[in-house]
Amino acid sequence: MSPTPDTGEAKPGTLQSEPARSDALALVRNVFVKVGVLPFFLIAAVIIFALLSSSFLTMQNMVNVARQSVFLVLVSMGQMVVLISGGFDLSVGTAIALTSVVSALGMVWLAGVFPDAIWLAIVLGACMGFGAALMVGLVNGIGVAYFEVSPFIMTLGVSSVGAGIALFLTGGVPVSGMPFVFADTLGFGRLWGIPAPVLVALVFIVIMWVLMTQTRLGTQIYAVGGNIKAAHLSAINTKRTLLMCYLICAFIASVTGLLLTARVESGEANLGASIALESIAACVIAGVSLRGGIGRVLSVVLGAFFIVLVQNGMNLAQISSYMQMVLLGALLILAVIFDQFRYRLILSGG
Amino acid sequence: MSSAAQPLISLEKLTKRYPGVVALNAVDFELQAGEVHVLFGENGAGKSTLISLLAGANNPSGGTMSLDGEPLHFTSVADAQNKGIYTVFQEFSLLPTLTVAQNIFMGWEPLIGPFLDHKNMRRRSKEMLAELGFDIDPNATVASLSRAQQQMVEITKAFHGDLKVLILDEPTASLTDKEVDHLFDFVLSLKERGVGVIYISHRIQEFARIADRITVLRDGAKIGTVKMTDTDEAALVEMMTGRAIDEIYPKIENLEGETLLEVKDLSTDGVHGATFNVRAGEVLGVAGLVGSGKSRLFRALMGLMPHAQGTVRLKGEDISKASTAAIIRAGMYYLSSDRKNEGLDLAKRSDQNLAVNLIMGDKVPNRSAFVDRKAVGAEVLTISDHVELSESYRKKVVSQLSGGNQQKVLFGRCFGQNVDVYIFDEPTVGVDMGTRAALYLLIKELCEAGKAVIIISSDLPEVMNLSHRLLVLAHGAVTAELAGEDIREDVVLKYFFDESGAQS
Repeated sequence: MSPTPDTGEAKPGTLQSEPARSDALALVRNVFVKVGVLPFFLIAAVIIFALLSSSFLTMQNMVNVARQSVFLVLVSMGQMVVLISGGFDLSVGTAIALTSVVSALGMVWLAGVFPDAIWLAIVLGACMGFGAALMVGLVNGIGVAYFEVSPFIMTLGVSSVGAGIALFLTGGVPVSGMPFVFADTLGFGRLWGIPAPVLVALVFIVIMWVLMTQTRLGTQIYAVGGNIKAAHLSAINTKRTLLMCYLICAFIASVTGLLLTARVESGEANLGASIALESIAACVIAGVSLRGGIGRVLSVVLGAFFIVLVQNGMNLAQISSYMQMVLLGALLILAVIFDQFRYRLILSGG
Repeated sequence: MSSAAQPLISLEKLTKRYPGVVALNAVDFELQAGEVHVLFGENGAGKSTLISLLAGANNPSGGTMSLDGEPLHFTSVADAQNKGIYTVFQEFSLLPTLTVAQNIFMGWEPLIGPFLDHKNMRRRSKEMLAELGFDIDPNATVASLSRAQQQMVEITKAFHGDLKVLILDEPTASLTDKEVDHLFDFVLSLKERGVGVIYISHRIQEFARIADRITVLRDGAKIGTVKMTDTDEAALVEMMTGRAIDEIYPKIENLEGETLLEVKDLSTDGVHGATFNVRAGEVLGVAGLVGSGKSRLFRALMGLMPHAQGTVRLKGEDISKASTAAIIRAGMYYLSSDRKNEGLDLAKRSDQNLAVNLIMGDKVPNRSAFVDRKAVGAEVLTISDHVELSESYRKKVVSQLSGGNQQKVLFGRCFGQNVDVYIFDEPTVGVDMGTRAALYLLIKELCEAGKAVIIISSDLPEVMNLSHRLLVLAHGAVTAELAGEDIREDVVLKYFFDESGAQS
């Protein structure tokens, strides 16, 4: 930062308002370049919804939003990893659905095989679900990294394949009869008064923050997304790095799928249908660049919270769910426009 | 030139400012009809800015331009073309999938009602090409033409209207000797038609053949305009750089250590049968024209291109089939010639760029999967000091730095890796003289510390002055390996065009 003379100094009388205003403008600009559009959206949303509904800004409602946002927070962190690597993942919803269906089928079947070791059945069933989702990530990663298919087409194709398999496995009917203890623990259980899904999300926030800021893999992901050729020339195995990104994303989606399955107490092939769009929107609003290389874990957590907050506010304001789809799509596009603008500012030094 | 004649083009106090830089500073320039006027200067001297203003691609921030005494204001490149000023940029504006005729008539398509008149287009293209003396089939696809032929098509596009000024930007950069002869004959024929030609090149040896006057630019300012008959190469170089040649290039000691890199019979796309070796403590220069395969050869070495055959040994270890990452870890680093696309992460800060290599390399101990931020940060500081990257640039996003400072960051990246063989591909492209001298000192330091240094460069004085040995490539083959007294311009140039034994 070059020192900017004069502006901070108090000036006599009439001149005072002018530098003060340009200071405020510079602050807005700095915040925008550093963290993106999220703070402005967040403030706007809080003001608008507080005016529309008196129950919006209550403690109870905020706790409620925080709890509801857990699932989107998780998936968005996975999505963020892929976005930072320069791709994106449209198949997160499919990973969730596959996890749900496969783990439910597995638990039901294994509970019949080992009726006395119900926890074994649950753990093995969950592992089967993870395995199914990791297959999704593996196929995505191999396609994008090794066959250089565009991430858009690859994950779109995979999401159709995965959704088809999930529906085929269940015949479109939810898988019921899962062990009660599974839903009681993971769906509705509490530890130290904190709901289990929130606890899982907190653990993953810490893990993802450490991964992205403190490890070599995190550095590699940022480097690959920033300039894949330069990364390649810096001794980074770019293909493996890309593959890891899709695996991480699929795994986090899978964990989310398991939590959602516990919540609804059945394996459902239609879980997570809208989460790809929502997670991308959460990331972009939180300042993750669609060009790759830029994004922060904690901002993304806040971004996901923001999306759920807006949905909650719209519910309270009695906006129809169809109209909510319209607004969410518009919000995403708006965020992308701001992202373009911000990227230019970063390059030019605004 | 006689002062009686009205100049065709006259620029007065022409200035172009960008945020933070003055790219062109109050430059006066004039061009007579039938004159070839060379613009000479280093990369970043303001040549490109000047022609972008004349081509209508940019608007000046100050000063005036006039054509035949009439003030000029362009709204677009097309506007400039309509007024008779046509620029052939280094990057051609041709669509490779279309035919020659379609390209020539792009934007000028003859119509029958609402439909294209292809027949007419082909016939008139043929006439235009024939008139200019270009032997090209108007039905050929542009992608199938050589670069010289594409240039001819690009030039032909200029002759739709009443051409008054033709601007050629580095037109000979990738042409063979014969093609250059042909181009010069053509330029001389344009002079007879009364067309003014502005010719940008840094191939000083060409000027005597075509130039009437030369204007030298440095750091955005005009140093002077001289008649070709009144000057010579040494004087021009001194005008361009502001210093004598021996002040720029350091004397590098040759340690002649053990052989580190052995390449035997390496072939890849565009390179065949390259055999050479590099020793510790020496600088091996690699010269050749664009398209000679000099860059491809080393990209193949680094595993960036598949090699068809041959062996590469680094410190005795066969790395012919290794991945780029493995080759770097084995001790060889490649500094790309394209810092924007391959070298740097433009949207990140300088220190972040440097940290990537430190985290991947073994200079800072990174034993576990976790990064030792403190150690990396300290080493980033050391490297920044070493490459003389000014402190105010270290926390700046790389895209905001000048070319010279970006190149310093790029050099810094290679110091992040603990390797023994450094390959510098065009190490000073787009870099000012002051920074160049600093970068050469870094190269000297590496070499004298016992590293093997390979410099691939299109800048002939650069490779000739720095190298202990010089490989010359032509048409994908090594045509000469020169050392000591044999590294002379006339010798090197002879091997540039050597076709003997080069065709496989």
